[in-house]
Amino acid sequence: MNRRVAVIGFAQSPCLSEAGTTSGVETLVPVLRDALAGAGLHRREVDFWCSGSSDYLAGRAFSFVNAVDAIGAFPPICESHVEMDAAWAFYEAYVKILAGEAETALVYGFGKSSAGRLRRVLALQLDPYATAPLWPDSVSIAALQARLALDAGILSERDMAEVAVRSRADAATNPYAQVAGETTAERLLAEPYLADPLRVHDCAPVGDGAAALVLAADDRARRQHERPAWITGAAHRIDPQTLGERDLTAVPSATAAAAAAELPADLDAAELHAPFTHQELLLRTALGLGDGVRINPSGGALCGNPMFSAGLNRIGAAATLVMSGQAGRVAAHATSGPALQQNLVCVLEAGR
Amino acid sequence: MDIAQAPPLSAPMDIAFDYTRSLGPVLGRFMTGLRDRRVYGGRTSDGRVHVPPLEYDPLTHAPVTDLVEVSPTGTVVSWSWMSRPLEGQPLDLPFGWALIRLDGADTALLHAVDAGDPGRMRTGMRVRIRWAAEPVGHIRDIACFEPGDTPFSASPAAAASTPVTTMTTPIRLHYRHTTSAEESRYLRALAEGRLLGQRCPVCRKVYVPPRVCPADGVPPDEEVAVADRGTVTTFCVVNVPFAGQRLDPPYVVAQVLLDGADIPLPHLIVGCPAEEVRMGMRVAAVWREPERWSTTPENIAHFAPAGEPDAPYESYADHL
Ligand SMILES: [Zn+2]
Repeated sequence: MNRRVAVIGFAQSPCLSEAGTTSGVETLVPVLRDALAGAGLHRREVDFWCSGSSDYLAGRAFSFVNAVDAIGAFPPICESHVEMDAAWAFYEAYVKILAGEAETALVYGFGKSSAGRLRRVLALQLDPYATAPLWPDSVSIAALQARLALDAGILSERDMAEVAVRSRADAATNPYAQVAGETTAERLLAEPYLADPLRVHDCAPVGDGAAALVLAADDRARRQHERPAWITGAAHRIDPQTLGERDLTAVPSATAAAAAAELPADLDAAELHAPFTHQELLLRTALGLGDGVRINPSGGALCGNPMFSAGLNRIGAAATLVMSGQAGRVAAHATSGPALQQNLVCVLEAGR
Repeated sequence: MDIAQAPPLSAPMDIAFDYTRSLGPVLGRFMTGLRDRRVYGGRTSDGRVHVPPLEYDPLTHAPVTDLVEVSPTGTVVSWSWMSRPLEGQPLDLPFGWALIRLDGADTALLHAVDAGDPGRMRTGMRVRIRWAAEPVGHIRDIACFEPGDTPFSASPAAAASTPVTTMTTPIRLHYRHTTSAEESRYLRALAEGRLLGQRCPVCRKVYVPPRVCPADGVPPDEEVAVADRGTVTTFCVVNVPFAGQRLDPPYVVAQVLLDGADIPLPHLIVGCPAEEVRMGMRVAAVWREPERWSTTPENIAHFAPAGEPDAPYESYADHL
């Protein structure tokens, strides 16, 4: 497998507490335009399109079909969709190019979390026999995971608050962030619990948004971009769906994905898709990231978590660090499912 | 209000369906057990007992066949506090969510604990199952857990009857559906008895209702009035009755290419026998009384034969 694939363009919408239509197609139009412009590619030069979204967010069947209008699907194009975060659509497109079935690809994700009640809608991704019929919400499930980590002495509520403080400070320079600003751990820890032991600052805001990423192979990538972000490793793994079946503090699928992606130790930065503060701390350990690795310079999902594109945003933010020359070797991570059940890791590098 | 400046229309939308699932040999026995107020775990090849049971052994990938009864009492492994319960959750007063390892099991089950106050919740607390009054073979036969170390006393379950093979879970979801600015202008024009198309700035096609152009990927920008009459491009005769049907079959659903539009609109054809509807037939909108108009395509009750000569095939051949 000698083919190499690079990210050559990325764009995202601002993450807003409420934005645009339920269909998402209007939100996507400018994002696709900007991503293609960044890659110097015309719409008709894209060999493969792949998207991630969820019908349950919009409350309508085949909602992704509507969004296909935004990519100009007539005359027919080569297109695919995953009912997951678009980071997994990225993986599909990456494999498609590696397999030689495409030279260029555009990956996009979109979601309108504000249309329904997100923490309740997400109950429907759980085991449908013994768990989903109880409607446990996503925040409560994350809280059960945080408690296990607290009880095990792996982290403290102050550690969690400090993640929020650093993320919000970093997000101050990110125009797409939904939450940003200076604060202190003392101030955050004085707030009441939202779902004991989680406070509001421990949880990503509910927001709407979209993102698009452009990929290309070999010489095509070199021609399109003076500094492509080469994908030197990518893998995803999955843990059992039933919450009681795994050690929720260890994130074994993230560790396995990092090993499969050959995640190097000498990273300049890592963009981690951690919608809860404790999850960032668990992921740092699971991925073996040392203190020298800058975590989430964008502010991360804690400052903007548009469902089904927030994972792709991490890859886009990491790739942007490389494409802009701010970093030479970075990692991106995306998650899906309850309590970090599914994890994707990729490594992006400058050069060649 | 100026139609062009008004904010997009939005409306509540409720979705409900009863998810009915067949259970298979393992989950069927688990749910049958719950109906009989017993909890069964599945033993895997490493000797571990999983509650809820796994259908396949993660080590050998063989079907799990060894089901063993575990205790209705257990220990809280982790918990959080739900101060404002959401619709559908086991209790409608503040409660604790907990991962609970039942005595005799090696894995933890997620459920609600009726503890009354978050101060009573703690890791390691002992809890017992509170059974639902009328078990049916569903995870909700466990009404919740409550603090305690001795089994909850419930009248013995009725003598075991037929095994449980399916379970039904009602799903109720609530959304606020929001249209695009372009769709809103179209719907507001409908409330005034007008059909409004919008033109793609690139290929100049007129879309009714408006949409991002599927050929060019750009939103339409120019408003174009279109006629409330047009040509049937294709149609089907509905002969099958189904839930929620508004007309008695047989009736005709057709694609109507309005004069001035480049995309056909689906609607009903009424006013002639179904067998007389044909491709190329000219039809006209039959509007409801204006006092009933609102921002909905239902302002047009149906289309009826216009009494004009049929349109030539070439006039609609590109719209099939
Ligand atoms: Zn067009």
